[in-house]
Amino acid sequence: MSQETSSILKNTPLTDIHKELGGKLVPFAGWRMPIQFQGVIQEHQCVRDGVGIFDVSHMGEIEIRGPSAKSLIQKLMTNDIDSMQDNQALYTLMCLEHGGVVDDLLVHRFSEDHYFLCVNASNTEKDFQWILKNAGSCPATIRNTSHETAQLAIQGKHSEALLQKLCDAPLSEIRYYHFKKEKIHNFESIIARTGYTGEDGFEVYVNAHHAETVFRALLEAGKEFNLQPIGLGARDTLRMEMGYALYGNEINEQSRPLEAGLGWVIKLGKQEFIGQAELKKQKDAGNKRKLVGVRLLDRGVPRSHYRVLNNGVPVGELTSGTFSPSLNTGIGLCYVSPEYAEPGTKLEVEIRKLSVPAEVVKPPFLPTRVKKD
Amino acid sequence: MEVPKELLYTQEHEWIRIDGKKAVIGITQFAQEQLGDIVFVELPEVGSEIEQSSPFGVVESVKTVSDLYAPASGKVTAVNKDLESNPEKVNSEPYGGGWIVEIELSNEKDLESLLNPTAYTEQCQKETE
Repeated sequence: MSQETSSILKNTPLTDIHKELGGKLVPFAGWRMPIQFQGVIQEHQCVRDGVGIFDVSHMGEIEIRGPSAKSLIQKLMTNDIDSMQDNQALYTLMCLEHGGVVDDLLVHRFSEDHYFLCVNASNTEKDFQWILKNAGSCPATIRNTSHETAQLAIQGKHSEALLQKLCDAPLSEIRYYHFKKEKIHNFESIIARTGYTGEDGFEVYVNAHHAETVFRALLEAGKEFNLQPIGLGARDTLRMEMGYALYGNEINEQSRPLEAGLGWVIKLGKQEFIGQAELKKQKDAGNKRKLVGVRLLDRGVPRSHYRVLNNGVPVGELTSGTFSPSLNTGIGLCYVSPEYAEPGTKLEVEIRKLSVPAEVVKPPFLPTRVKKD
Repeated sequence: MEVPKELLYTQEHEWIRIDGKKAVIGITQFAQEQLGDIVFVELPEVGSEIEQSSPFGVVESVKTVSDLYAPASGKVTAVNKDLESNPEKVNSEPYGGGWIVEIELSNEKDLESLLNPTAYTEQCQKETE
């Protein structure tokens, strides 16, 4: 990290606490973020076995309100906004006319005319401009509230018990992909039962000014659960074990989301939305490639862009790859043609000069433990 | 930071322990801390020749891939096979059970260009400033 680039990096409201807690700070999507505290593997296990807390304040928040809010969001998103209830969250894509992905995000509905989106850090400004452009003159107020919002993720099986210590409202009533506006440690928060780890857990949005107080209160309350701060390193290994797509790796403006296995959030039968015609065409034509999981059968760490072979013949390249702490082996994601997409298909990952044997796996690599109804 | 007095060091954070014509090589406490959890070590073949300042293997942590640079030239006489199943020993015992290779030195003059513990400590301090 050079001095020049570090000087323009943004700090979250919690950067000083991260330093205090021994976090190793690195540049990420324009932000100075903790990549690790105690160590990626230990932090990973802490979330899988108990509970961990992440500062994900780099994520962007965009608020949309007004009588046209719903129709605007319905036009922008591939998933069906019409079916949403108040206090529900929905995972969706926002696509270009040609079907490429502007971003993948969560829509939260307060009411029919009031929503907020949680978007990827690196796309916040792009998304905001895209929404403004497509809103045109329709009566909706669109605000980028990222700078005034901190986001904490509390993930792991003890997350509800921990958060409940600081919140009067019964959190067991918040179902998966639902949220409530409640106080945590006396500060107004949005508490959503969502996450990016595959564990039960919450994503909490709180005013940036209160973030430090709330974070410290959670650290204190979490002592009995051996709560630890978790860096972006473990956030990535946790999401990789679930096979969750990461914008910029698995999906981008050039990718075809149906090939990424995201057809479940593309509701072609809903009202008109941007990208609908092209995505329908792609669906009718059938997928030429499919995103699959790849698990190494021998030692080695697969990384993004490593080539994937079948009997020595290149068949694709990894979009993401890492060491899986839970499986103690290398795992990756890769687009391959359908003939190589069957689980159990033997492939090889080229690591430097070696071809390491691997096999196709249908993600997730581990069973998810989110709290489904 | 632990920098044993009896070892010599490279600028790339390898250490070498000389014992007559033989020498054992590993990476330093500073290096393993910077890398984080080590999950894979690629070792050279026993009997192969390694060359001073050239890569002879690779260590990988969860997030990064780093080449290992030879502090001195020589023939590999042993590799630490234990690291194949327990790569984390490079983190926990960088100067002991986490050793990487043993070589037979081909040119003792190679040692003259290495850093002594004081010079290496200074270099690490500069890197963390």
